Amino acid sequence: MEDEVEAMFDRGWTDGLPVVPPTETRVRAMLDGTSRRSDEVVALMPPNLAECTVEKVAVNAVLAGCRPEYLPVVLAAVEAVCTDEFNMHGILATTMGIGPVLVVNGPIAERIGMNSGINVLGQGNRANLAIGRALQLVVRNVGGGRPGEVDRATHGSPAKLSFCFAEDEAGSPWTSLAVDRGFARGTDVVTAFCGEAPRIVTDQKSRSADSLVRSLADGLRSAVSTRTVIGMDGMLIVSPEHAARFRDAGWDRARFMEELGTHLEVEADTILAGAGGIEEGLPGGFAGMTLPKFRPGGLLVVHAGGPAGLFSSVVGGWVNGSMGSEPTSREITP
Amino acid sequence: MSTSTTTLLDPTAETTPVERALTPRKASLEGLTVGLLDISKPRGDVFLDRLEEHLSRRGANVLRFAKPTFTKPAPADLRHEIAATCDAVIEALAD
Repeated sequence: MEDEVEAMFDRGWTDGLPVVPPTETRVRAMLDGTSRRSDEVVALMPPNLAECTVEKVAVNAVLAGCRPEYLPVVLAAVEAVCTDEFNMHGILATTMGIGPVLVVNGPIAERIGMNSGINVLGQGNRANLAIGRALQLVVRNVGGGRPGEVDRATHGSPAKLSFCFAEDEAGSPWTSLAVDRGFARGTDVVTAFCGEAPRIVTDQKSRSADSLVRSLADGLRSAVSTRTVIGMDGMLIVSPEHAARFRDAGWDRARFMEELGTHLEVEADTILAGAGGIEEGLPGGFAGMTLPKFRPGGLLVVHAGGPAGLFSSVVGGWVNGSMGSEPTSREITP
Repeated sequence: MSTSTTTLLDPTAETTPVERALTPRKASLEGLTVGLLDISKPRGDVFLDRLEEHLSRRGANVLRFAKPTFTKPAPADLRHEIAATCDAVIEALAD
């Protein structure tokens, strides 16, 4: 008799790790996690633009290890990425190692046991990992997006397995990412951002908001490349101990973003093609200009992480706006 | 030994791609209309300019097209326009 776990590998249903067998019983239980009809079409899933029903999402959520209460988040994530503005097709196909980064806001995060604290971007939390994984399995299995086929990533990224976490709203000195993006406080929201794997910005010495904001700006300047400005977005995940410096100084989100922006201005002459002996860079027409590292609204700031540790994390983005990918948020509905 | 079987539900779209035969290879470029599709990556035009020179020298009529952005599939209207006006198309990456 065929081993069911091996059978699922043989059929190409997995991301390289074993998956949970989607028996009828498990899929039925998963579908109990949503009030939506199982045959409702959620989206056309790239790259094949295949009709993706609630049931197909549920089958893949079972594979990924989701509990039924995670399903509304996965459904909202599928809706968010399958939009022209998010451009899941291009994100999958590009040689750049980027993928959908999911940030969950609202009471649902705590209710379903998501992690916004210690090791928030790491291992150990079922909800964070399974939700991110379920989205990628839907892309693979329903959309037909597989590495070496339409997925042409040069290096890829561990984040292409799963990159999903919740914002620590309760401990934040600031309004949440979702509120900043126009949702009412207390709304359950998933935001999809097209990003690389995270990297750390270490600052263990700054005790003033002014010093730390400069330091974080330094870390952000190299997102994607020090030579890219305006055209690529970024995400900054501020840890509680770093955020405390801004709380102490009385900086709200707007003040923080303003101060950060002033330290993220780049003298174009330093990043022109050929400057410093490096051929990559801006065309000569930008000479003499001062440019922002990020376009207005192109830097997403989230508060998350364990209570101790003087680190924040930077996630570099991809080509932004109508030319590439726009961060996209969707309300999570039951 | 158990002989029970487990039924698993299919996570795929359960679609079968349409397979089409390749268009027969053209015997000559003479008089053919060849579309050059620039995907809008840096220096794609440099590569395609050179291709256009070579193709024109061999008697082809060259038409140039460009995608609005390299990050998204070519819009349907552009694909139809190329199909309607060209005998062959060359799509070029660059960088």
